[in-house]
Amino acid sequence: MPAFGSFSLLVALVLSAYCLLAGGVALRLLATGRTAAIAPERLAETARRAGIASFLATSCAAFALVWAAFTNDFSVAYILQHSNRALPTPYKFAALWSGQEGSLLLWAWLLTGYGFVLRVRHKVDVSLTAYASTILAGIQVFFLLLVNFPATPFSLVTGAVPPDGNGLNPLLQYPEMVIHPPMLYLGYVGFAVPFAFALGALMMRYPGEKWIHITRRWTMVTWLFLTVGIFLGMHWAYNVLGWGGYWGWDPVENASLMPWLTGTAFLHSVMMQEKRGMMKSWNVWLIFSTFLLAILGTLLTRSGLVSSVHAFAQSAIGTWFWVFLVIVLGVCTFTYILQRDHLRTEHHLESLVSRESSFAFNNLILLAACFTILWGTLFPVLSEYVQGYRVTVSAPWYNRIGVPVGVLLLFVTGIGPLLAWRSTSMRSIRRNFVIPGIAALVVAIALIPLGVHPWTIFTTGEQGAFYAWITFALAAFVIVAIFAEFFRGARVIQKHTGQNLFLSVIQLTRRNTRRYGGYLVHFGVVLIFIGFAGQAFNQSKEMTMNYKQSMFIGPYRIECEDFSQDSNANYDTTFALLNVYDRNSGKKITSLSPELRFYTASQQPQTMVANYSTPAWDLYVIFAGSDPATRQPVVKAFLNPLVMWIWIGLVLTIFGTVIALVPNLSAALAAQRTRLPAAAPADLVAAGKAGD
Amino acid sequence: MARLARFILLPLLVVVGMVTLGSADTEARFDRLGHKLMCACGCSQVLLSCDHVGCPNLAQETQELRAAIANGTGDNAILSAFQAEYGPTVLAAPWLTKFNIVAWIVPPALLLIGFAGTFLLVRKWRLRSVPMPDVPEDTHSREIRDRIRRETEI
Repeated sequence: MPAFGSFSLLVALVLSAYCLLAGGVALRLLATGRTAAIAPERLAETARRAGIASFLATSCAAFALVWAAFTNDFSVAYILQHSNRALPTPYKFAALWSGQEGSLLLWAWLLTGYGFVLRVRHKVDVSLTAYASTILAGIQVFFLLLVNFPATPFSLVTGAVPPDGNGLNPLLQYPEMVIHPPMLYLGYVGFAVPFAFALGALMMRYPGEKWIHITRRWTMVTWLFLTVGIFLGMHWAYNVLGWGGYWGWDPVENASLMPWLTGTAFLHSVMMQEKRGMMKSWNVWLIFSTFLLAILGTLLTRSGLVSSVHAFAQSAIGTWFWVFLVIVLGVCTFTYILQRDHLRTEHHLESLVSRESSFAFNNLILLAACFTILWGTLFPVLSEYVQGYRVTVSAPWYNRIGVPVGVLLLFVTGIGPLLAWRSTSMRSIRRNFVIPGIAALVVAIALIPLGVHPWTIFTTGEQGAFYAWITFALAAFVIVAIFAEFFRGARVIQKHTGQNLFLSVIQLTRRNTRRYGGYLVHFGVVLIFIGFAGQAFNQSKEMTMNYKQSMFIGPYRIECEDFSQDSNANYDTTFALLNVYDRNSGKKITSLSPELRFYTASQQPQTMVANYSTPAWDLYVIFAGSDPATRQPVVKAFLNPLVMWIWIGLVLTIFGTVIALVPNLSAALAAQRTRLPAAAPADLVAAGKAGD
Repeated sequence: MARLARFILLPLLVVVGMVTLGSADTEARFDRLGHKLMCACGCSQVLLSCDHVGCPNLAQETQELRAAIANGTGDNAILSAFQAEYGPTVLAAPWLTKFNIVAWIVPPALLLIGFAGTFLLVRKWRLRSVPMPDVPEDTHSREIRDRIRRETEI
């Protein structure tokens, strides 16, 4: 099987190289009108088919590696390093991406998979797809070169084959780890598709904005995968790493967030190009940057340039990524310089108080956030170069610099949809802003007696409560503004159809899925911000607990019922059985069992968090070890407010994105369904379309 | 002038007073300083967030921190002592010294420049725009547009 895998990878590389070369030659012949021994159309078709076949070959290689994991083939060095006989079946599947070589194979497989879909659906636009396919083939060649030469997953062990493997990293033995990396990679890799389309459209001076329509769904699906991947990573960090938080500003986390931020900026600014023919160069560079940042992130974390807790992914392939990054940047810059006259804007911003300017500021803030993260990630390297020593840029720096930027973003999220295209009148501002403004004010005042004291920024220097207070008030503003938008549109439909308000909201959403799906995404983002703001009020306590001894935290009393040990083939475990009671009523709420595991194969310890989650707060308990003298468990408890809203916000964000991906129900069809005349009233049509 | 001084200086003095008085709570100080320091074992985590089971540095660093707080050492002196013992990477964020200032000012400065640039650009475009001559509109389209505006309030 390893030989089959290696051979498949070699075949995939040859096919991708052919797709790149033949595709490139065919496009050149078509562009210049020259003739050759073979018709360029036929040559392009062979290139397309080679691209499709490269997916099949890469799939065979991925299958060979998974097969080796499932059959415990420890003659393969990668399987020896990342699996063992006692490893549960789902985690054997996860072995595919648990190390450097496997994760690069996953990257190559997903990339050829995306290419497969693109090439099969080439009739959407044959010539543009031919350009995109050739560019994608170039990226494929790079990743297939990596897995064929410096990072081959099918290297064989020298000497006698060991009877058992070293096992999977304990940190990765968690259900979410089976889906988090593929989701993240689907996001990272997926941005190669809109990148290829954008570069292709620029190379061929593609007329109009059709390439944006073609790539819109690709970009949104990719963005959704990256979003889900990032949040699954947060959920995993929260439930596995056991430090009580979900985001540690680690370079690997930062690397995933940077393309997400530029991708989000692109999804917004692309609307200006569609509607008003503006920001064409900006959009092209946003999508270029998104792809370049995905590569840069991989370079940063795999080259060892910056230190990360994800150290298992480091190796010496950084040089390959540097070269690739420089080539991609060079091609993008050269193409842009050559074709920049094609990207001339059709309109300029006419007013600072308009939908266009809100998009411009939204983009500015998102890019500022992206730059802040990049700056924070690279500053230790810069410091070493300038000062001769490294400094640490960790959570306190990001919280101080990044949180105000996040608050600004929330503010723009609130006001943007309330502004009209081109220019907004004062009357319209008054009408749209008064109710959300009052809601924000009410929440800001109501929070003070509830214990949110923003003035602590002046008294103790603690910023948490101040920013949380602003976030809650802005969240109220945005939520009310979103509800008002739904209500206003639904009322118009209700007036004409006689349906109830709920059905009117559904019909309104189906009329303009992109706009109202977008609002739902904004609502999800607001809930996520509310969850983040709760972090300002975290509490924690640590205690060595004997039988029946209690610890008090927030509204809970935690009583140690028992502590014991157990073992199975994969790990030995020490755990505590804790009963949780209501502090005031004394009523039992739940039982928690935090563990400390010691994995046999890898000889590594790992905590297993016990969490009792409610909408108000999470009671998050870890088994921090045993007291050396008494053997009693050391229990650390955290009370983390509002964390559940982050996960609820994510679900809403997914829901909103899926809605935005669904095609609109046409007004005529809607009118037919509601037994209205085909010529629907003007206001009914406008309720679905205006302000998109 | 006296009124101005009363309205500006008095609240300022109150704020400065509150800041300098601060919170003297030992546990809060330990928590605050513990989040300004890194664990020195190489796990790349903030000291009080270190989840590294059996960490060789966590206990030592937290003990040193508690001892320094109990001795009444000031925050800056504690952080300096840690820096001297474990090197500059033990501080979770760079201090405002020499080149490190750049770390703090570049991102907000760029954001401000971006805002200013956008404002100026829009202003320039507005000044440059030539008013379009009035195009005669047909009454029917205007009526429909007015009706849409009125009924949807957009």
